[in-house]
Amino acid sequence: MAVVSSMPGAAEHASEDREVIVYNEDVVRLFVIATAFWGVAAIAVGVIIALQLAFPVLNLGFEWTSFGRLRPVHTSAAIFAFGGNALFATSFYVVQRTCRATLFGGPDVARFIFWGYQAFIVMAALGYVFGITQSKEYAEPEWFVDLWLTIVWVVYLVVFVGTIMRRREPHIYVANWFYLAFIVTIAMLHVVNNLAVPVSFFGAKSYIAYAGVQDALTQWWYGHNAVGFFLTAGFLGMMYYLIPKQAERPVYSYRLSIVHFWSLIFLYIWAGPHHLHYTALPDWAQTLGMTFSIMLWMPSWGGMINGIMTLSGAWYKLRTDPVLRMLVTSVAFYGMATFEGPLMSVKQVNALSHYTDWTIGHVHSGALGWVAFISFGALYFLVPRLWKRERLYSLRLVSYHFWVSTIGIVLYITSMWVSGILQGLMWRSYDSLGFLQYSFVETVEAMHPFYVVRAGGGILFLIGSIIMIYNLVRTARGDLREEKAFVTPQAAAAPAE
Amino acid sequence: MPTKPEKDAITGTEIRSHEWDGIQEMDNPLPRWWLYVFYASILISIIYMVLYPAIPGITGYTKGILGYTERHALEADLVAHRESQAGFFDRIAAATPAEIREDADLLNFALAGGKSAFADNCAPCHAAGGAGRAGFPNLADDDWLWGGSLDAIQTTLLHGIRWDQDDDTRVSEMPRFLADEILTTEQIADVTQYVLAFVNRADDPAAAARGAPIYAEQCGVCHGAKGEGNQELGSPRLSNDIWQYGGTADLVAAQIGNPQHGVMPSWSGRLDESTIKMLTVYVHSLGGGQ
Repeated sequence: MAVVSSMPGAAEHASEDREVIVYNEDVVRLFVIATAFWGVAAIAVGVIIALQLAFPVLNLGFEWTSFGRLRPVHTSAAIFAFGGNALFATSFYVVQRTCRATLFGGPDVARFIFWGYQAFIVMAALGYVFGITQSKEYAEPEWFVDLWLTIVWVVYLVVFVGTIMRRREPHIYVANWFYLAFIVTIAMLHVVNNLAVPVSFFGAKSYIAYAGVQDALTQWWYGHNAVGFFLTAGFLGMMYYLIPKQAERPVYSYRLSIVHFWSLIFLYIWAGPHHLHYTALPDWAQTLGMTFSIMLWMPSWGGMINGIMTLSGAWYKLRTDPVLRMLVTSVAFYGMATFEGPLMSVKQVNALSHYTDWTIGHVHSGALGWVAFISFGALYFLVPRLWKRERLYSLRLVSYHFWVSTIGIVLYITSMWVSGILQGLMWRSYDSLGFLQYSFVETVEAMHPFYVVRAGGGILFLIGSIIMIYNLVRTARGDLREEKAFVTPQAAAAPAE
Repeated sequence: MPTKPEKDAITGTEIRSHEWDGIQEMDNPLPRWWLYVFYASILISIIYMVLYPAIPGITGYTKGILGYTERHALEADLVAHRESQAGFFDRIAAATPAEIREDADLLNFALAGGKSAFADNCAPCHAAGGAGRAGFPNLADDDWLWGGSLDAIQTTLLHGIRWDQDDDTRVSEMPRFLADEILTTEQIADVTQYVLAFVNRADDPAAAARGAPIYAEQCGVCHGAKGEGNQELGSPRLSNDIWQYGGTADLVAAQIGNPQHGVMPSWSGRLDESTIKMLTVYVHSLGGGQ
């Protein structure tokens, strides 16, 4: 027998042995709202900067609205604000239920994590707009923001581990392995990459502890594993809870989950040097980055297999459940991006792809297809449960969201593939006398049509996310849209009883 | 907790005995293809590590049996590239731009090299193909500020225009007739009409007539009695209706009152002599070479 606190709005869960466990759902609701808000904000800023690339006049001539200032606002909002809040929301929801324990530390500590993390986001974003940055990609915030995030993150780690330690289950569910790997590794990456010496106590400026190629290597060890542990491991945790729940099927293979978990977290951490092919980085370190990326292919795909094969016996549900369709599509995009990644890490491929839009397309097949889609799926899963509603306001709207956004992703990725490969080929073409065929300006000019298409894809993705917000708000208010249910062709053909 | 292994009703696979929040796990084996591809990727990586620089130690690293280093690969590429062009480069180094123009092969090479160098170094101001833009002269027409002969173009390229760091740079500066109170606003309006009359665009003949003596006194020395310009001084020709800073009465008056002066960097030291020769020949060929 356990439990314990009686928090307002806390959910009661009667388990088999009639224990009553009160989960902290207040903080999960807050994180869900933040996820939806920052998601739309991140995508909107993405659309703005995509349009700036296509039509430079939209930089507006102010430093605060220039591409260089807004681009980190977009990336940080997408990764840390949208993705981060989605990870907080789902990890707190999942760890409580799969451990049958309420959050360690109580509601005040949980609220501190929420508001502390939002304060980090706002400080970071304001810093970018006003030009306060340490100029490390995805680690732009200056030292005082880094210190604040470190405090919030350590409290998060303590709450998460504390909850696991209090579990009433003999084993730790696979989703929690991934969440824990994400929290621990991000703490390490964040602290090591951001070691810096402030110029003064009351000034924003600092100098990073490393110099030259050491700094570059540390930065991309961080940068690559922000992808590996923030955007992969954390979101695999989400996947391991959501797909079996939504499909109502057992996870495909426990053995596969063990093998791919350990191989993924062991191999990922070495792959960062592939961001520095053909630079001052020593040859041996480039070899390391490339080979570990190749070996990472199958461990990454282990998660995809376990996600997709969990549907075996339940494929028909994809016809009638657009939320499940969104989740499964996200896993498919994950599989595509984690094949493309090892491919691009091969030095000969990288010689063409590096510094081109191909990289941007690759990142967005992961960011839009995998991270955003599974987060949308999580929001559709969580909102009716957290607000105690019978179901979503409208499944038809989920389906519209799915199709509009999927078309947006396809436009985005394909335009960046074409543009990136074109760009790479133009940069390296020589005429018959051995002179460069194209000037840089000509390659920029050639990108224009693809930048327009990319912005169009982004606008579709933004429209999809606004449809979602509308649906979620109506759901939270308790509205139910009367609509025809999705039916399978067989069911439609069968005579009504 | 069940003691006997439970079977999944749909697939018949054994389900592990534990359950979390209603989630169970099957115990399917690792997919064979997955495992074999994983092994293959490890094998490929090991082979790659044997062939290429790979394992770091305390004082060095394994060099790999191919003996590859990126630095040597780059050097070999550069040497091969230089060798493929060396014959031409040596001949260009030894020739004057005029001699280059006489030799069809050499001219062909110099035009290709000049085009490539122009696109990266000159086009940002003078636009693609030397078409020019406001404030930056068109290089494809026959209106030259400092001369359109091969020698004149080469000198401009080597030393630039109003480029402080180069002692031999081309310098000329028109007085600031209004800002330095040499002429009044009314006088400038009159002389503007006189200048526009060169190209039959004066709309106030009386003002143009009043401007004639002012022009003769203040402007004609450099720009010529009939606005024909003077390339020795870099004084633009005024009688061809080509205006670097705009040809409306307001813009011409503004240029007389407080003139803008263009700056071009000196390219000697930034580009090698042969590239400057190729650029000379290329710019000369754009349409207005004299």
